[in-house]
Amino acid sequence: MKLTGAQILCESLLKEGVDTIFGYPGGQVLPLYHTLTQYPKLRHILVRHEQGAVHAADAYARVTGRVGVCFATSGPGATNLITGLANAYIDSVPMVAVTGQVPRAMIGRDAFQEADITGITIPITKHNYLVMDIGDLARTVKEAFYIAGTGRPGPVLIDLPRDIQQEATEFHYPARVNLPGYKPTLAGNPLQVKKAAKLLAEAKKPVLIAGHGVRISGAYHELKHLAETLQLPVITTLLGISAFPESHELSFGMMGMHGSAYANMAITGCDLIIAVGMRFDDRATGKIAAFAPHARVIHIDIDPAEIGKNVKVDVPIVGDVKTVLVELNKEISAKRHDEWLAQIRDWKRQYPSGFEIRESDSILPQYVIRKIWEVTKGDATVVTGVGQHQMFAAQHFFYDKPNSFITSGGLGTMGFELPAAFGAQTGLPGQTVWCIAGDGSFQMTVQELGTIRQENAPVKVAVINNGYLGMVRQWQELFYERNYSATPLWCPDFVRISEAYSIPAECVTKKTEVVPAINRAMAAQGPYIINFVVEPEENVYPMVPPGAGIDQILHEPRKEAS
Amino acid sequence: MASNKHTIVALVADRPGVLNRMASLFRRRGFNIDSIAVGHSETPHLSRMTIVAEGSDTQVEQIRKQVEKIVDVIRVQDISGLNIVSRELALIKVKSTPETRSEIMQIVDIFRAKIVDVSADSVMVEATGDEEKVDSLYNLLKPFGVKEISRTGRIAMARGDQGNRRDENEG
Ligand SMILES: Cc1ncc(C[n+]2csc(CCOP(=O)(O)OP(=O)(O)O)c2C)c(N)n1
Repeated sequence: MKLTGAQILCESLLKEGVDTIFGYPGGQVLPLYHTLTQYPKLRHILVRHEQGAVHAADAYARVTGRVGVCFATSGPGATNLITGLANAYIDSVPMVAVTGQVPRAMIGRDAFQEADITGITIPITKHNYLVMDIGDLARTVKEAFYIAGTGRPGPVLIDLPRDIQQEATEFHYPARVNLPGYKPTLAGNPLQVKKAAKLLAEAKKPVLIAGHGVRISGAYHELKHLAETLQLPVITTLLGISAFPESHELSFGMMGMHGSAYANMAITGCDLIIAVGMRFDDRATGKIAAFAPHARVIHIDIDPAEIGKNVKVDVPIVGDVKTVLVELNKEISAKRHDEWLAQIRDWKRQYPSGFEIRESDSILPQYVIRKIWEVTKGDATVVTGVGQHQMFAAQHFFYDKPNSFITSGGLGTMGFELPAAFGAQTGLPGQTVWCIAGDGSFQMTVQELGTIRQENAPVKVAVINNGYLGMVRQWQELFYERNYSATPLWCPDFVRISEAYSIPAECVTKKTEVVPAINRAMAAQGPYIINFVVEPEENVYPMVPPGAGIDQILHEPRKEAS
Repeated sequence: MASNKHTIVALVADRPGVLNRMASLFRRRGFNIDSIAVGHSETPHLSRMTIVAEGSDTQVEQIRKQVEKIVDVIRVQDISGLNIVSRELALIKVKSTPETRSEIMQIVDIFRAKIVDVSADSVMVEATGDEEKVDSLYNLLKPFGVKEISRTGRIAMARGDQGNRRDENEG
């Protein structure tokens, strides 16, 4: 029996186990949308903007570990995916995006709503396809899912001309892929693993840095075993948060620009780094020349191109983090580093990093985050936007639950939070998802409240409303003589906006109301929004100024209690 | 960091957009491509590309690893350190008069180049060799007046067994 291209795509998605698609229709995907209703097992969720679809698919993938899927029409629909594709690419999120394209005969003629989306997305996708022959379609989908989900995950785009969606052919889904140029290495080189074990046995002041790769490969148990056996202090990157329980005595928080002072000092003072599934981003390392000057470096990563890219590595191990850690754990035996750990704990006492929240009559953003943590007892998935609130959410919620912190790390995409929180909630029905939004960031994708309402997703939103583009304002305060150029931000009445979307909401201006409001949000059956009016000029500390070494830490200046 | 010319050879699938992907990657990583040459390889549906780019060894190693990640790239090698043969082809159109023609022919002979076309007031010279040879020939012909020059850029291959073939047992 012959199937149309649209049917072939849907059948292929079913073969890949897809059950949820985030998307937005249009002329050049009409045949596909027409066919979609024949496939009730493919739940299509209509977002309000294609950027919403791609961020939702992104977070859905991050929380489920499956490939996220989104659809868009050609031209403007496809180009609205760009930010989200770049976001997924730099944060290694498995995704397949399907875009409609004008019919083959029209390609290259600047037809209505034509955009060269495969050309545009070359640098921000792991791979992409323009399907020009219906005979290639099933194989293309198979390959796309395989490439997106294996090795270092990433987004793959399939551009599908409208006439191919309508044409028909026999459907054969290939059993395996044949990609001679694509062979991710999973197992680490045994000699290198042995070398790493030897360095770890010799080290006096080792540090383990856990990155996103630990979460992607689900290596929580293996990482914990390694850390506990060798008594390694564990420090995470921003995206590594929730790779290791923060209540663990070996946990020393996050490194980098807004990391804890003691984490950064430990890295600067250590004699060995074992970097696991992280990529030495400049926000994490600070000035490279001053980074870990006394340390030898073991680097485990699935992407060979990450090794030696930013930091000189003594023992490179290319492979899947979990697979490599299983092997490494066989090579190690118990060790202690009492003196070294005592030193870091001492730094922690000396430089508590502003993680204690100062007394204030006004609502401090840190206080809101801390209370959400207390009320939820940490049993929530936290999704953030980008800005100060993101850093406060990283610092003041304590993540014990694996994979429970979802944020745009590499690209720093404002507007990520709301659609991503919705996507995460879709992947985690019945679990608590808190969206920590900035008043600026929130307004970039606020229309996704419509999606949340339509789907009745019980997302809880905390808008940290400081009336500024806070993080930029902080830089202006510290490095641009307080010249607040274009950072004061007029905000609409978020409660009325929410009510317009039929989502219950409240505004909190008193400190005493913070906890009751969070409780009301938790008690609500569906979505709930709280506009927290916070101290307008609060800053994120500690902070490493841009371009400085990570031990060059600015601490919070003493403020007199008001 | 010492910066020098590197010759990178890649075996790639003959798919639309591969050259674009490759060029885009170099551009995005801030690399200047001196030349890029592509043509069919010994295997159907596979092409071989020779790319000449300038950078420090670490930069070029990074770019090689990034190139390797392109799904359509089957194998890539920086052959700069190896014993290689490299060539380029150039066509040079030089002004000529009955008086200068024989002098031009002499120069062409010395370089074992060929005259492939003659018109009333010009000759076209075909030359193959490494870049220096083509450069020297060009420099000698310049005084006669070069009307047009077209060069392919380098193609290169490692000598003997150190090459960039596809394994027989590869899928
Ligand atoms: C799409 C996008 N545009 C601009 C920026 C630059 N930027 C980074 S943080 C920030 C301010 C964020 O303000 P807000 O969302 O209110 O959060 P706050 O810092 O006040 O918590 C800006 C503009 C960005 N990261 N993303």
